[in-house]
Amino acid sequence: MEQTIFYIFSTVLVLSAGAVITVRNPVFAALFLVLAFFTSAAIWILLEAEFLALTLVLVYVGAVMVLFLFVVMMLDINLTVLREGFARYLPVGLLVAIIMVAQLAYIVGPARFGLDKFPAPEPHGADYSNTREIGLVLYTEYLFAFELAAVILVVAIVAAIALTLRKRVKTNFMKPEEQVLVKSKDRVRLVKMAAEKRDDQQAPND
Amino acid sequence: MTTPSSFEMPNLLPAVPEIFVLAATCVILLADLFISKDKKVITYLMSLATLIGAAVLTVTLHTGETVITFSGSFVSDPMGDVLKVFVYLVTAVVFVYSRSYLIARNLFKGEFFILGLFGVLGMMVLISAHNMLTLYLGLELLSLSMYAMVALQRDSINATEAAMKYFVLGALASGMLLYGMSLIYGITGSLDLAEINAAIKSLDDSKMMVAGLGMVLVIVGMAFKLGAVPFHMWLPDVYHGAPTAITLYIGTAPKIAAFAMVMRLLVEGLGDMHVQWQEILIIMAVLSMAVGNIIAIAQTNMKRMLAYSTISHVGFLLLGILAGTSEGYSSAMFYAITYALMGAGGFGMILLLSRAGFEADRLEDFKGLNERSPWFALMMLILMFSMAGVPPTVGFYAKLAVLQSVVGVGLTWLAVLGVIFSIIGAFYYLRVIKLMYFDKPVDTTPLQGSADMRIILSANALGILYLGLMPGSLLALCVAAIG
Repeated sequence: MEQTIFYIFSTVLVLSAGAVITVRNPVFAALFLVLAFFTSAAIWILLEAEFLALTLVLVYVGAVMVLFLFVVMMLDINLTVLREGFARYLPVGLLVAIIMVAQLAYIVGPARFGLDKFPAPEPHGADYSNTREIGLVLYTEYLFAFELAAVILVVAIVAAIALTLRKRVKTNFMKPEEQVLVKSKDRVRLVKMAAEKRDDQQAPND
Repeated sequence: MTTPSSFEMPNLLPAVPEIFVLAATCVILLADLFISKDKKVITYLMSLATLIGAAVLTVTLHTGETVITFSGSFVSDPMGDVLKVFVYLVTAVVFVYSRSYLIARNLFKGEFFILGLFGVLGMMVLISAHNMLTLYLGLELLSLSMYAMVALQRDSINATEAAMKYFVLGALASGMLLYGMSLIYGITGSLDLAEINAAIKSLDDSKMMVAGLGMVLVIVGMAFKLGAVPFHMWLPDVYHGAPTAITLYIGTAPKIAAFAMVMRLLVEGLGDMHVQWQEILIIMAVLSMAVGNIIAIAQTNMKRMLAYSTISHVGFLLLGILAGTSEGYSSAMFYAITYALMGAGGFGMILLLSRAGFEADRLEDFKGLNERSPWFALMMLILMFSMAGVPPTVGFYAKLAVLQSVVGVGLTWLAVLGVIFSIIGAFYYLRVIKLMYFDKPVDTTPLQGSADMRIILSANALGILYLGLMPGSLLALCVAAIG
């Protein structure tokens, strides 16, 4: 039963991952990526990594990919330029890919990683909490790696801002803090002067 | 599994330099917001102070012993301390050289220094990694900072293209490295480099194949980062396309960190597989020396020429590592450090000759430098002699030490090849000297560059001459560090 579920999900995963790079429409590609994340989350649940699987769905499918989809929809991506040379490089790429898959299948196959070599771990009981176990090691044993991941995110933010922030000099924008302080006399100046009589109603060069 | 009761607070003392650099960089990041555009020199001085502070901390905390902390993910040892001090030194020199170049190109912003310091933190983590996870995170921290720095000049098409190539190929290399690490983890059951080394000893032949594939993929990933042939394609384009100050940054100190990465992964983690990785490194070293030295002859651009020269130097660096003896490792360490110093001087000369709106990155720009400035022509002569490996400069001793270690393990033919390729390589270094001394200058504008840059650049070149005359102290330091 579990094996059948695994094969169904992994087939969907491989096919959708392939579709991400082959479909013509970038929106479809992003949606296939969502499907790929979703099916890998299902495989993680089979591995009893429930917390990570749910995080994957919530963070990647729920937040990251939705943002990604917005960006893809907003950008006007010219696919013909992107696909230039695709057919030309395809035979070589395919050959390399096939050789690599064959090598990996040979090495990571059941001969070396079969159940007789690495027996399946005992399933945990119902009171076993994944979240608790991760929480226990994340801030103790993996403290250094955890902090480093945080630093990498800071660098990513700095880099993103440094590469995209542009100060527009000519843009007109409001300054609310000055607007609320404005008094009526700043806007209108009343000038006292004697009344004048206009004697020539029509200007000569009008 | 660790439970809260059995967990001990890690010993933070060995990681104090890292913590200091991180805290100081965050302070600079915040302070930079309040520094107006014409006072960015404050950011620059704060960055230099951070590097000096880190150096002081590393030297004072140096015990000469190997301490492992953070549950086996961090190691502080003599090799790491020596390499870190040279990373600070080279980065500080890079910052000084870059200042006027960056001001002239409107790049003198806080981001350059902040990303540069985060890169230094990445290098420190990489140097001190004792766990594949830490090693990967350190490498990504360094690479991410470098990708962003290459792209920093947004209005330049060349820089954007270089950044794009660098990013895509770098991501591919990281993927290879990760896949290799996952295979090694799968078969040894550990991420800790010392435990991997112990586990590999007890693997049978069939499981050894998995570790072998993992090792090959890890080497591919590292060769990409080092720029060894046949994974060097990105290097000339990135060096050429990036603004020279940033080429200077990515071409110098990260090479020291890359050496540490190879040492940690191959020697400490996979030391038992030396016979297997030695063959791969021999092929890469020979190809790197051949391609680097021969293609450099055809270059007319100084930055591209130095990029190919880097490739050939990486070949020599690999020679020392593949020897597999402590003599070889210490000579490779000596080579990495001296290369970083020579590279800083070489790219620093391009920066000295450049000015607002003019990049002195063609070979012709060096024509007749002797008439324009005899002193800096002499400095460039020392640097070129050192890169070519002419005595009495330090480049000669670096090459000699590496070749001796190769001969020491009976690979004399490899040493002969190394000598032949470095003689071929001498041609293009000597051509620069010929252009400087025997050709008429095309451009007679007096040299610019601030006084501090002139002093440091002269000290850089004279230091290379001094190390060439008295290589003993640095060599002894490297030997002691490898132990």
